[in-house]
Amino acid sequence: MTSVHIVGGGIHPFGRTDGSTGLDQGVFAIRQALDDAGLDWSQMEFGYGGSSAAGAADAVLPRLGLTGMQFINVNNGCATGGSSILSGYAAIKSGEFDIGIVVGFDKHPRGAFNADPEASGLPRWYGQTGMMLTTQFFGNKINRYMALNGISQETLGRVAEKAFQNAAHTPHSWRKTPVDLETIMQSQMVSDPLTKYMFCSPAEGAVALILASDRKMRELGLSGPRVRGAAIRTRPVGSFEVFAPALEIERGKSATQLAAAAAWEMAGLGPEDIDVAQLQDTECGAEIMHMAENGFCKDGEQEAMIANGDTRIGGRLPVNTDGGCLACGEPIGASGLRQIFENVEQLRGRAAGRQVEDATIAYSQVYGAPGISGCVVLER
Amino acid sequence: MVDMTIQVADNLFTGEGDSARLLAGRRRSDGKLLFPYPSGPEAENYELFELTPEGALWSWTVQRFRPKSPFDGRGDDRDFKPYAVGYIELPGELIVESRIVVDRFETLKIGLPMRITTEAYAENAAGEPVLTYAFTPVAKGLNA
Repeated sequence: MTSVHIVGGGIHPFGRTDGSTGLDQGVFAIRQALDDAGLDWSQMEFGYGGSSAAGAADAVLPRLGLTGMQFINVNNGCATGGSSILSGYAAIKSGEFDIGIVVGFDKHPRGAFNADPEASGLPRWYGQTGMMLTTQFFGNKINRYMALNGISQETLGRVAEKAFQNAAHTPHSWRKTPVDLETIMQSQMVSDPLTKYMFCSPAEGAVALILASDRKMRELGLSGPRVRGAAIRTRPVGSFEVFAPALEIERGKSATQLAAAAAWEMAGLGPEDIDVAQLQDTECGAEIMHMAENGFCKDGEQEAMIANGDTRIGGRLPVNTDGGCLACGEPIGASGLRQIFENVEQLRGRAAGRQVEDATIAYSQVYGAPGISGCVVLER
Repeated sequence: MVDMTIQVADNLFTGEGDSARLLAGRRRSDGKLLFPYPSGPEAENYELFELTPEGALWSWTVQRFRPKSPFDGRGDDRDFKPYAVGYIELPGELIVESRIVVDRFETLKIGLPMRITTEAYAENAAGEPVLTYAFTPVAKGLNA
């Protein structure tokens, strides 16, 4: 049976790069990925690409060469990157193609994302009256979670503190200056209980990954982590997701729980097998809740785990080793691929300064509106 | 009597203040509730249903900065007044999202009894108040 490997990776630093469009950054990441694998653009049989606010991803083609390759633009909200890699994975797994590239790039204006009710199938009043904000959803979700599961405000702060510490050792991160816990806790409240430093910001950046079948990889003399599992799931009845004017009283599972279960099953692995994890941390509460939703702990155990430093580099389960969305920002089209790029760096032992010793199995989970989650399990 | 108030949308709520009622859709085939009431062809499958006016606070947060468009509420970036937004569990029906009218945010607690009201959250081009629905803690003497 064909297995799928990531044989090359490239990244344009996240953050703000004046004078460089999202497309420029995407082309930069693709060239770096090709160099990383020692391959030429003409060898790419297919491409999947996504950008939310920086134009069509297939605009990279004239810059890199019009080879006639299959290229498909992907647009799946915050899970665009996760969708691109899943598409590339399926293209190879099906036997249709042997090698190809997935790319994601973006460049967002400053400030919170602007939501359009009609585009989400919601009535205009929902936006007019000031209820259609992702930040509110995160505040509402973590506020209830904290009350029910005994998570303290300080634990939120520690997640942000760790993010900025990790980012200081990450070449592709945006916010590289450590911020102390007190500053995080005392910073401006954005959406209670979350302060300014507890939220990620829309940003810019690009990631490209080259995928190949095991056969092609050997033929080309390459190597790279194997994709053990990859799954995307959408919100089921009874979940609590972004942009929900009403919820069912009987509560159910989340999109993340479904995606994680599918990825674990595909991989034939479980949370106990994971050496390093990148979990969607749009804000600190998301990282905490996603620890449980992906199966790494029970609800409420995060309080002790985070106090013990379990999720720090050197801890039992290092989480968001490159600083995550909190310190890298969130260029929607690229964000999910950044998580996988970081896991590839970890599995190849190239994450200098933030390396998880002997990392063998890595996990990533991207989450976004309107309730979609994508999980990927990689093996060295 | 003619209703003189301007509502932010049709089929969202009726009445004003304490006598306001939030409207949902009840699916004709199986009675399943849907909020908000759907528009367009989908509405044919639903009849208007008045939700119960009282419930309990399920979760909450505070909107501390002025949202971007299409928000059209009062104030600009300088005089924007933060407002609470949360979810109210209406027993046996739905958990609905709502703006919350409250004097002190720190009095909000999950489980707090809440009831419906209306709020003039914006003004139209003619300077007339535009109403939306909201929930507020049930007055227990102290708050009244």
